[in-house]
Amino acid sequence: MKPKTPKATRHVNQNEGLIFEKSSPGKAAWKLPPLDVPEVDTDQLLGNSARKDLGNMPEVSEIEIIRHFTRLSTWNYAIDLGMYPLGSCTMKYNPRVNEVVARLDGIANGHPYQPEKISQGALRIIKTLSDCLVEITGMDAITLQPAAGAHGEMTGLLMVRAHHQAKGNPRKKVLIPDSAHGTNPATAAMVGYAVENLKSNEQGMVDVEALAAQMNEEVAVLMLTNPNTLGIFEHEIHKIADIMHSKGGLLYMDGANMNALVGKVRPGDFGVDLMHLNLHKTFSTPHGGGGPGSGPVAIKKMLEPYLPKPVVVTKADKTLGFEYDRPESVGRVRSFYGNFGMFVRALAYILANGPDGLRQTTEDAVLNANYIRKGLEGTYDLPYTTTSMHEVVFSDRLQAKKGVKTMDLAKRLIDYGFHPYTTAFPLIVPGAMMIEPTESESAEEMDLFIDAMKSIAQEVEEDPQMVLAAPHTTRVSRLDETAAARKPVLRWKPGKS
Amino acid sequence: MRYLPKSPADREALLKAIGARSINDLFAPIPAEYRLERDLKIPRQMAESEIVDWFRERSRENGDGYCTFLGAGAYFHYRPVIIDSLISRGEFLTAYTPYQAEISQGTLQSIFEFQTMICELTGMEVANASMYDGSTAATEAVMMAVRLTGRKSVVVAKSLHPEYREVLRTYAMNQEMPLKTAAYLDSGRIDLQALEKEITTDTACVLIQSPNFFGTIEDVEAIAEIAHKHGAMLVVSIAEAVSLGIVEPPRQADVVAMEAQSFGVPLGFGGPYCGVIATREAYVRQMPGRLVGQTVDRNGKRGFVLTLATREQHIRREKATSNICTNQALVALMVNIFMTIYGKVGLKELAKQNLAKANYAAQQFGKHAKVLFSGAPRFNEFVVQTSEDPYAINSRILGHKIVGGLPLKKFYPELGNAALWCCTELTTRSAIDTAVGLVAVSERSVRAADADEEVDVEEVAR
Repeated sequence: MKPKTPKATRHVNQNEGLIFEKSSPGKAAWKLPPLDVPEVDTDQLLGNSARKDLGNMPEVSEIEIIRHFTRLSTWNYAIDLGMYPLGSCTMKYNPRVNEVVARLDGIANGHPYQPEKISQGALRIIKTLSDCLVEITGMDAITLQPAAGAHGEMTGLLMVRAHHQAKGNPRKKVLIPDSAHGTNPATAAMVGYAVENLKSNEQGMVDVEALAAQMNEEVAVLMLTNPNTLGIFEHEIHKIADIMHSKGGLLYMDGANMNALVGKVRPGDFGVDLMHLNLHKTFSTPHGGGGPGSGPVAIKKMLEPYLPKPVVVTKADKTLGFEYDRPESVGRVRSFYGNFGMFVRALAYILANGPDGLRQTTEDAVLNANYIRKGLEGTYDLPYTTTSMHEVVFSDRLQAKKGVKTMDLAKRLIDYGFHPYTTAFPLIVPGAMMIEPTESESAEEMDLFIDAMKSIAQEVEEDPQMVLAAPHTTRVSRLDETAAARKPVLRWKPGKS
Repeated sequence: MRYLPKSPADREALLKAIGARSINDLFAPIPAEYRLERDLKIPRQMAESEIVDWFRERSRENGDGYCTFLGAGAYFHYRPVIIDSLISRGEFLTAYTPYQAEISQGTLQSIFEFQTMICELTGMEVANASMYDGSTAATEAVMMAVRLTGRKSVVVAKSLHPEYREVLRTYAMNQEMPLKTAAYLDSGRIDLQALEKEITTDTACVLIQSPNFFGTIEDVEAIAEIAHKHGAMLVVSIAEAVSLGIVEPPRQADVVAMEAQSFGVPLGFGGPYCGVIATREAYVRQMPGRLVGQTVDRNGKRGFVLTLATREQHIRREKATSNICTNQALVALMVNIFMTIYGKVGLKELAKQNLAKANYAAQQFGKHAKVLFSGAPRFNEFVVQTSEDPYAINSRILGHKIVGGLPLKKFYPELGNAALWCCTELTTRSAIDTAVGLVAVSERSVRAADADEEVDVEEVAR
């Protein structure tokens, strides 16, 4: 064994105020070329609409901007620094070639309304990615228009509604397991459906008998995450699908956890009628501090007429084009064609992997989660012992006896140089600690994580107060969230700091 | 696979530690009949050099090297190079949503600065951390007005971006939100009398765009007065953010829904872009999307956190203000850096160049064809009506590696052979003169032929 180096150490980083605090009149980080047309008189052209003043916008130089944002950046944790085990978020490596190809001139500067004749490159990217994702999911068709997972859910439910409407009754309810992401019920409400909760059974899975009892002709669809948010594969998925289909309902799969399945099993093969993917999870596009995402929705044939428009089609002359004439379409969910830049990155990722790489990726993701589970079993409570796929959910039950909760443990993990796992979710596990290492972690990094988690458990026994006061090594610690919400300060104002 | 940090021996060792005989043991919960026992039918694994080549080829097929007169909700502005230098830092690029405030202060402080600058520019009091794009921001702003007023219906300006209207229609479909349309006048501005007639006691808000889809700057004050008189809110959509450098912001609006793409975000064939909602303090609890607030840590030090999360889906589930979760954070960072670079003086000068270029171009086009909507001020877009179908003219212009204005027939058939042209600071006088020259030739030849021959509209310019 090589000797282990601790993951984190302290080092100097820079303080930095708000950009407005550096501003002073006359500094500039811009320079425009000379105007090659006649100057205009703004007041004459715009009249009352002419703007007099830009208020407190900053005036700073280029080097100050570089330092400002570079300093800020050093206050962030990132995948590039180490393991980021947020469960259900799939924080995997974001390959850099993706960024390079997304910035090629014709790709970065293509206008969405430029003639199709000079858009064949972009259309080819959309078509190729669509074909790959249809094959990966085992579905029949896809729309790439939704801008994120939740937006994909909404698009999916609109298609579900259109499908039922075409049969004469849009139906009233959407079934959602109690372990689901908050976006599922929020989405159902936006599409005008009532939400009915589905209780999980003792193994953390859908209670198939309860589902059969709850399913009726008022239910439009079941929104199911598989593997679910406990990281458990719903192995009775075919029964679940049958129950839904027997009463004319549909099965929607939230694809947030698709990283457990790619290349090993296809949702289209196990009875799913429609699903969304998160390109920013499974397909490596960067999270960027909270987006942009991309949430394509893959569907079975019978939902095809309802796809958002436009749809990319191959024309008689073999060139690609957009088809707008789709009378049964649910309409548009976003301007233009979706987060195209993310399509470029996701496709670059798929090409870098190929079928063998994607399968290996999935296997490694599942292998890693199980290795962490094995390493921490006994130290932390495992409320559901059903086999884990790509993530594992522990609880703080043992540590809570000492008054230390999941968030406290998470905060202490920061001192060890890791980003915390997902805390307090799924809701069905009190004090949940949801860990998803992804395939991007080496055995060494995982060992450091397991050691850190074990060490924290030890600290809880010996010095719970120290853990409760964590983190101890960060710039700021335990920010007052209650005060922030009670008297919100949502912008800087001159004279205040 | 080069992204995977494990050797075959590592994998064996991990399996052994777990107590599994083979990797397939771990996939046992998946019923055997569904397991995929073949390779996915996707392209084979490619080397990095092959990937770059493949996309270079696509780039070449995609209008690389053309200059454009297209705007219509997606604008070609210069992007200072430091935007990409800074957003490429892994600490920004590869970080998650800043839920763990202690190790996310970089993202949080930058969003706080973003919110501040959006407020300064729009004249609003609070702004969120971003929405998907201008179309969904406008739609969510409308839904916010519905919640705030307890009223259901919406009056939408016909001069709002047609795709924004389509998105609103999609969202409204299942929320029992009747949509009515307010027409535009020959001046390009909304018909105030017609607008007032459409407003009822059930009107939650009036939704307009300014500068509108035709580039015309609306009389926001007059529209606000009408809306407010009837207890309705005013939602103003801004698709061309650079206009804010020189056009008075819609201070009388209740909600501003922006598309900030013009601020340093590449055209990227339509996305990712950056929607934003800004509003008054009193309405913040009905605002969708993430918000960053200033607070102090346990030692009294200034810091930033995500706040007012009780509006959001992960807390409120079906009672949330929206289902939005992932937003456009990294794009908002581009916008933030752009606003910081140009700042108080640069944004004004930049906007002024846009105004000057569009003014020059409109004057030149006006010598040969009809420039519509000249009765009200406009920013950097204008509508040119020609005798010949603009698709046909555009396909000739395309031969000069110039993309002409957007033909409007699809969206506004009543305008006939009209196209929406846009000039930014990047539009050169020589490109303008070339395009104007070709339009002039078209007008002359149509007149000479006395329009007795059907013009062959080429599909290529669609």
